[in-house]
Amino acid sequence: MAIVELRGVSKVYPPHEKGGSDVVAIDDVSLAVEAGDVYGIIGYSGAGKSTLVRLVNALERSTSGEILINGQDIAGLPERELRTVRLGIGMIFQQFNLLGSRSVAANVSYPLEVAHRPKAERVKRVAEMLDFVGLADKARAYPDQLSGGQKQRVGIARALASQPAILLADEATSALDPETTHEVLDLLTRVNREFGVTIIVITHEMDVIQTIASKVAVMDQGRVIERGDVFDVFSNPQQPASARFVSTVVKGIPNPDELAVLRGRHPGRIVTLAFRDNAVDQARVFGEFARAGIGFEVVFGGINEVQGRSFGHLTLALSDAAATDAPTTPGAGGTDRIDAVLDRVRTLTTVTEVR
Amino acid sequence: MESLIELLPQLWKAAGETLYIVGLTLFFGGLGGLIVGLGLYLTRGGSLLANKPVFVVLNLLVNFVRPIPFIIFLAAAQPLARLVVGTGIGNNAIIFTISLAASFAMGRIVEQNLLTVTPGVIEAARSVGAGTARIIFTVLLPEALGPLILGYTFIFVALVDMSAVAGYVGGGGLGNFALLYGYRQFNPIVTWAAVLLIIVLVQLVQYLGNTLARKALRR
Repeated sequence: MAIVELRGVSKVYPPHEKGGSDVVAIDDVSLAVEAGDVYGIIGYSGAGKSTLVRLVNALERSTSGEILINGQDIAGLPERELRTVRLGIGMIFQQFNLLGSRSVAANVSYPLEVAHRPKAERVKRVAEMLDFVGLADKARAYPDQLSGGQKQRVGIARALASQPAILLADEATSALDPETTHEVLDLLTRVNREFGVTIIVITHEMDVIQTIASKVAVMDQGRVIERGDVFDVFSNPQQPASARFVSTVVKGIPNPDELAVLRGRHPGRIVTLAFRDNAVDQARVFGEFARAGIGFEVVFGGINEVQGRSFGHLTLALSDAAATDAPTTPGAGGTDRIDAVLDRVRTLTTVTEVR
Repeated sequence: MESLIELLPQLWKAAGETLYIVGLTLFFGGLGGLIVGLGLYLTRGGSLLANKPVFVVLNLLVNFVRPIPFIIFLAAAQPLARLVVGTGIGNNAIIFTISLAASFAMGRIVEQNLLTVTPGVIEAARSVGAGTARIIFTVLLPEALGPLILGYTFIFVALVDMSAVAGYVGGGGLGNFALLYGYRQFNPIVTWAAVLLIIVLVQLVQYLGNTLARKALRR
């Protein structure tokens, strides 16, 4: 059973001005997160990611649909009953949201105070958590004395103090530099592996998804437009918006501008080959070109790795060494040999002729 | 100068009365201000207890009372004072009226200070299951404590100012002393002695407020 499941959930805000139309922030979203998953939700600003994640712990109330946490529908629960639900769901924020008036230890202790845990237990748990995030020596410091990365580690310690089964991370690394981002992501990976906490990660950074998520949903204009294993979505995005995200981390297929530049430099035929997992034997593909005496030059592309599986696209400029004088336009004489090779390569992988 | 020395016992008595009036009005007005300020803050759109009608009424009430010059407010509120404390004149009546006026002035200051608390911090508290009352006492007030202390220091000075007018309705204090023995007797030295005492008092309290605020802000 999914630990978090949304069924046909929508969130509609009343119009901003009189006579205006309703603002649909979340549009009929269904989503299932299995226990132990690190589930990434990605989308551009304004896609509705932050609203969606706030529906999970009911900081925002949905307009319609069911929101099941461990099978319990929380969509209609009154505020008072939601408090117990929220104790089982930790949350970390982009701006950390630590209490500036409290020391690091008192911040981590806060959820335990809310849960009315006895003092001895609180002290013990705070020490454990600060140890886990590597900030035991900062227990008495105040948030404004910490760096951004340290603040987020305190945020993580606080979010996990009450031993929730679910952790919501709302752009948790977006205010951090790349190096600190990876420290925090490593920590989140440990949280998932060592404590078995299910993590829902909201981000606009594909890099974050690539590093820690196992599944991903792509959001656009309040809808989930694509979802699946990170590897599948990265290696073969179906929607234009997903493809745009993927292209920010994976240099794949050249866009029209880049293609124009390539065209100018390479008068011959240009093809893009897809490589996915180990299903495609690169050595055999290139062997075919070499055997046929077709010259090839890698002019664009990249191979990436997600969860230990590699994928990517390589764009080749081809030239027939034996027929240099022949015209190179497709279909004309002298390109038959190239066509013949491409036919053989097509049995090995996907070939896209780029014009 | 000799007359001032003769008047010293009255001066100390007046100073004591000022402290008495200001102390009590700081307590009652401060408390009232906290309630009005919290009311404004909590019922504002998007806040924890968002309630437009309550906010609009409260907001209107504050704006209605605040611009009234205090000496006129003193006269206008006299029937109300008679109703609540049983008399329209004397120290107790003026303590009531000052507290009332201060509640609305302080309410605005409290509201402004609470608005400086980042909404994210409140959201973080809600996300761990904290209820509204707990958020008020463990997040809102502690997070805004530094500016709140400065706000209360500011209102203290206003209270001293208001208490000086008390003489007009039979209240005591340094204002009354300066009017009675200084201004009406054409004795500027006596007037200035009272003024000096008020200045020293204000300086001391401002220093105390700054120190406490610095401590709360840890700067």
